[in-house]
Amino acid sequence: MAYDYEKSIRPGKLPHIWCPGCGHGIVMKGLIRAMDTCNLDRKMTSIVSGIGCASRLPGYLDACTLHTAHGRAAAFATGVKMANPEMTVICCGGDGDGTAIGGNHFIHACRRNIDMTYVIMNNYIYGMTGGQFSPCTPTGHLASTTPYGNPDPVFDISKLAIGAGATYVARTTAFHATQIDKLIAEGIKHKGMAIIEVLDDCPTTYGRRNKFRSVVDMMKRLKDMAVPVQAASKMTAEQLEGKILTGVLYKEDKPEYCEQYQNVIERAQGKAS
Amino acid sequence: MAKKVALLQGNEACAHGAVYAGAKFFAGYPITPSTEVAEVLSVELPKVGGKFIQMEDEIGAMAAVIGASLTGAKAITATSGPGVSLKQELIGYACIAETPCVIINVMRGGPSTGMPTGPGQSDVMQARWGTHGDHAAIAVVPASCQEIYSETVRAFNLAEKYRMPVQVLYDEIVGHMRERVEFPEPGELEVIDRQAPDVSPEDYKPYDATKGQVPPLAAFGSGYKFHVTGLNKAADGFPTTKAELVDAEERRQVDKVMDNAADIEKNEEYMTEDAEVILWAYGSTSRSARYAVNELRSQGVKAGLFRPITLWPFPEKRTLELAEQVKAIVVPEMNLGQMIYEVERVSQGKCKIAGVHRVDGEPLNPGEIMAKVKEVL
Ligand SMILES: Cc1ncc(C[n+]2csc(CCOP(=O)(O)OP(=O)(O)O)c2C)c(N)n1
Ligand code: SF4
Repeated sequence: MAYDYEKSIRPGKLPHIWCPGCGHGIVMKGLIRAMDTCNLDRKMTSIVSGIGCASRLPGYLDACTLHTAHGRAAAFATGVKMANPEMTVICCGGDGDGTAIGGNHFIHACRRNIDMTYVIMNNYIYGMTGGQFSPCTPTGHLASTTPYGNPDPVFDISKLAIGAGATYVARTTAFHATQIDKLIAEGIKHKGMAIIEVLDDCPTTYGRRNKFRSVVDMMKRLKDMAVPVQAASKMTAEQLEGKILTGVLYKEDKPEYCEQYQNVIERAQGKAS
Repeated sequence: MAKKVALLQGNEACAHGAVYAGAKFFAGYPITPSTEVAEVLSVELPKVGGKFIQMEDEIGAMAAVIGASLTGAKAITATSGPGVSLKQELIGYACIAETPCVIINVMRGGPSTGMPTGPGQSDVMQARWGTHGDHAAIAVVPASCQEIYSETVRAFNLAEKYRMPVQVLYDEIVGHMRERVEFPEPGELEVIDRQAPDVSPEDYKPYDATKGQVPPLAAFGSGYKFHVTGLNKAADGFPTTKAELVDAEERRQVDKVMDNAADIEKNEEYMTEDAEVILWAYGSTSRSARYAVNELRSQGVKAGLFRPITLWPFPEKRTLELAEQVKAIVVPEMNLGQMIYEVERVSQGKCKIAGVHRVDGEPLNPGEIMAKVKEVL
């Protein structure tokens, strides 16, 4: 299928602010393709983000876009979706935004299983503020605030989402560009909370500091780390050491939050009449 | 048909007022002494097809309220001191993104967790300045259960009319006391809805100052696609750092309140015409002050009560006029001095000013107010 990216980009909003080689643009293209695949009516689509380089994404897209405060995307989106369940709601943002400051909203949005799709761009770092470590920075790696190597353990975002109750969880990488849109599209079609984690790259503040000499090096790393879930089932624990599973990691049908609330309304109104 | 009446707590009256105003969305996080607002709305909102959600914290609640409001729903949250402190960043967001919403703050003692079941009036400055950056604020301070009902309706009206967050502040005493409340008939109280755009979706700009000080706000999902951000932005809603655009937007957003202060302002005066001393009091404290006025009058002291119902913007003009008329203004407050600074500021030294303060969780009683009046006269 040929995609008309121009149609989805707001007139006059390019060039974007992202650095050369940043993966966020790849994710944006994937999101555009997914929105096309799902034939979304942009007037009925709300794209919500927090703060960070990744969170600048909605501004470039022609839809009802909401660039909120650091970490609060899922909570704003909950208000949008609940108040108007007719809308398709898509969240996007970085790993720091979604799982550090926004961690509480993230897990509770998963728990409610509210019908939205959250694309989380995990570049292992706080890009916008200049490369401080995030809950996803690998232990031992360098960030501007971990000059002796990061002492913190790491969040596995997808596992976190599954544990919290999201009913569709998928992961891919910025290298696997053609998989991004397929997973997001599936997430949009899924009724309930869909998390799509995209392992992303930030050459500017993470790559440089951790001696990935070029964007190509970083992409190669993402490629090497990724193991499709199907393939992984045939691999030993040893072979899987240091690898990251990609594809649809979890899928389940469970009552969706807004639909459940509709029952509340019916019960309340039944009593009232 | 006789009007429906009920013996309601202030917090319950607030919830019913919100429904009267057309509220369709509540998001909150439980905190004493505001919780009954949430509890009643969890019952009442779904009856009118509205939504109630208990969020994971106050920040999430404020976020959800703003999100819901952007879809066109009248949205409200209710909390108390520590909760408002958490909401502050997003109150600023609602200011800059010009999103109508109502925030109920049932004031308790503080700072920090303070006195959850004790009254306080120490968030009045937080209501004015409680977010970063320059911004205007609107806050109302009802003093009875009936007035909590009607002021909650008015808070929604002001939020919708001026496209911004509006706070309703009352202390624990009025929040938890029970009084006879008359339910107004539909149409009896004014209900204002935000102005919808009169241009096509292609021509719509959410911050188009050529449409007036308060540009119309389209709803997400109504056919209009637009961008909302907490960054300084131009008329089309997209970020800008162009000095002249940032400056004009900031000033418009403050001016829309200050230029319309007379429309937003609401006060009550009692025996002020010939007064030589004014009790300047709000909320539950004004009830003790009114009692004190009657007692003082019976003793031959020409006392009067000035009771702001709109606290922000501050009733500057009338306070100055009164300062020019009287020998002294006495400001009783359940804090160690907050609004008294404003009274001092606008009175320009025209009369003596004294405060009566309590922060021990006990109501201010008429006796201590009277004693202060006698001391300053
Ligand atoms: C309340 C608050 N705290 C801190 C910040 C500063 N801040 C802005 S973006 C950011 C980190 C963003 O990192 P991430 O979400 O991983 O996105 P990236 O920039 O890497 O795409 C931080 C800490 C802020 N804007 N607001
Ligand atoms: S700093 Fe990093 S995350 Fe931000 S735009 Fe540059 S490369 Fe991308």
